[in-house]
Amino acid sequence: MKYITKQNAERRTWLTRVLLLGVSVCLHPLSALAKKPEALEAIQKIVGSNTLNEGKVKLVLPPLIENGNLVVLKVGVDNPMTEQNYVKAIHIIAEGNPLPNVFSAYLTPRSGTANITTRVRLAESQKVWAIAQLSDGSFWQSSVQTMVTTSACTEEP
Amino acid sequence: MSKTSRTVITMPDKAKRGEIIEIRAIAQHDMETGFRYDQNGKRIPRDIIRSFTCSYGGVEVFKADFYPGVGANPMVIFSTIATESGTLQFEWTGDDGYEALNQAQITVT
Amino acid sequence: MRIVHIIICCIGITSTYLVTAEAQTSARQSGYQSMSAENQALQDDPNANPAVFWLMDGQTLWKDSAGPKQKSCASCHGESGQSMKGAATHYPKVMSGKLQTLEGQINQCRAFNQGLPQFAYESKQLLALTAFVANQSKGLPIDVQKTANNQSDLKKGHDWFYQRMGQLNLSCAQCHEERAGLKLGGSIIPQAHPTGYPIYRIEWQSLGSLERRLRNCMSGVRAQPFEYGSTEMAQLELYLMWRARGMPLETPAVRP
Repeated sequence: MKYITKQNAERRTWLTRVLLLGVSVCLHPLSALAKKPEALEAIQKIVGSNTLNEGKVKLVLPPLIENGNLVVLKVGVDNPMTEQNYVKAIHIIAEGNPLPNVFSAYLTPRSGTANITTRVRLAESQKVWAIAQLSDGSFWQSSVQTMVTTSACTEEP
Repeated sequence: MSKTSRTVITMPDKAKRGEIIEIRAIAQHDMETGFRYDQNGKRIPRDIIRSFTCSYGGVEVFKADFYPGVGANPMVIFSTIATESGTLQFEWTGDDGYEALNQAQITVT
Repeated sequence: MRIVHIIICCIGITSTYLVTAEAQTSARQSGYQSMSAENQALQDDPNANPAVFWLMDGQTLWKDSAGPKQKSCASCHGESGQSMKGAATHYPKVMSGKLQTLEGQINQCRAFNQGLPQFAYESKQLLALTAFVANQSKGLPIDVQKTANNQSDLKKGHDWFYQRMGQLNLSCAQCHEERAGLKLGGSIIPQAHPTGYPIYRIEWQSLGSLERRLRNCMSGVRAQPFEYGSTEMAQLELYLMWRARGMPLETPAVRP
C-alpha cells in the first residue's frame, strides 16, 4: 500500500509545477536566447519571422576584457561570396549595453570575404551576438559570453 | 554646419585582378554615446558617426551602420575584390552635420 | 658588547633589505607587460593605435606658424621634428633654476618664443604636441639622472612617493612597490613606470597625460590631487622618471 502523506502531495505538486515551468522555458526558443527584452526585440527586428539558425558565423571576442570601452571584435561567416550565394549583412547585438544594436555591416558579392573587424564598447560582462543574413534569406547566429572588468581607480572630473 | 575630422585608410596600392584585398578604415571621432553625464548632472547629447560607405569605381561595395556601441575613433577592417585600377572612395556621415571623405588609388594588373 | 652585536645585526639586516630592494627594482616591468595580448597589439600597431590622430594633430601644430612673431616650432626646431629625438627622455629637468616637465617646456616655448598664449593642461593641442615630441624618442631609454641641480626636487619626489595620503591613507609605494603584480579589483597593479606618456587610456577613451593619471590615483585614495603644472606634480614626475631610468620610452602607449 502506498502511503501518500499530505506533505508528499504538496511537494509533488510543487515539483511538477517547477518541472513544467522549466520545460516550457526550454521549449520557447527565442526567450532562451537573449536575457534582456530590448536585445530580444532588436534580434526580432532583424530576423522577423524567419528561423534563426545556429552556425556558419564565427564571432571572436577576448573572453576576459580589461576595459570594455574599446574591445576588438572579429566576425566571419563561412561563405563562398559569389553572386548566387553571399552574405548580405552581419549585425552585432550586445545584450548588456544600453542600446543592444552595436554595428551592422552590409556586404556584396564583390566583398570577397565576409570577415569584418571593428572595435566596440561593452558596458558590462554580457553575451554578444553576431547575426548573419545570407542572400538566400536565411539567418545564422553565433554568440560569445564575455567578462568585462573595469579599472580599479576611476577618476573624478 | 558641417564638421569633419581626420581619417586614415590602409590598403595595398597594387593588386592582381581577382585578388581579395583588406582595407582598414579609421576615423577620428569621440563617438559620444549620449549615455554620459557632465559635471552638472546634465546628459551629454549623442554625437556619433552613423554611416560608413566604400565605393569602388563609383559602385558601392561596402556599407556599415554605426551605433553608440561602436568604440571611439571607429575602425572597420573589411575586404573587397580588386576588379580594376581606379579610385576607392570612403565616406563617413554622422550627427551634427559630420561628413568625412577619403580616397585611395589602386593599380590592378 | 651585546649592544654592539645588536647594532651590527641591525645594520646587516637593513643593508640586506636595501640590497634586495635594489635587486627588486632591477626586475622592472612596464605596464605593457601586465596588459592583455589584445591591448598590447593595439599599442604595437601604429595604424590601429588610437593615439595616431593625436600624433597627426601634433605634427600639424608643430608646423603651424602663428602669433605676432609668425613662428612655429618648426621655425627653430626643423620641419620633421627629428631634432626632438631624445628630448623627451630627459624630462622633467631643471632649467634656469626651475623644474620643468615636457608640457611645461612646450608651453614656455609657446609663450616666450612664439608670443602665444599657453595651452591649457589636458587640452587636445597640448596633448597632441607632447605626444608628437615624445614619440620622436620612442624606443630610447629614459635618461633622467640624479644631478646636483635636481637632487632636492628628486628627494621631494621620493618623499611624495612614499608618503601616505588621503582618506584611505595609502602611499604610492604601498600599491606600486609592495603590491605590484597583485590585483586591485579586476586589474593587475602595475609598477607605475611612466614609460608611455601621454597614453591612450581606454578608460578615458582619449589621450591623457601623466599628471591626469596621477590625479586619478590621488582621487582613488581620496586625497586632494596635486594641481596641474604644480611643483609637487613635477617633483613626483621627476622621481617616477628617475625610477624608470633605462627603460625604453613607449609613447604613445595604450593602457586599459
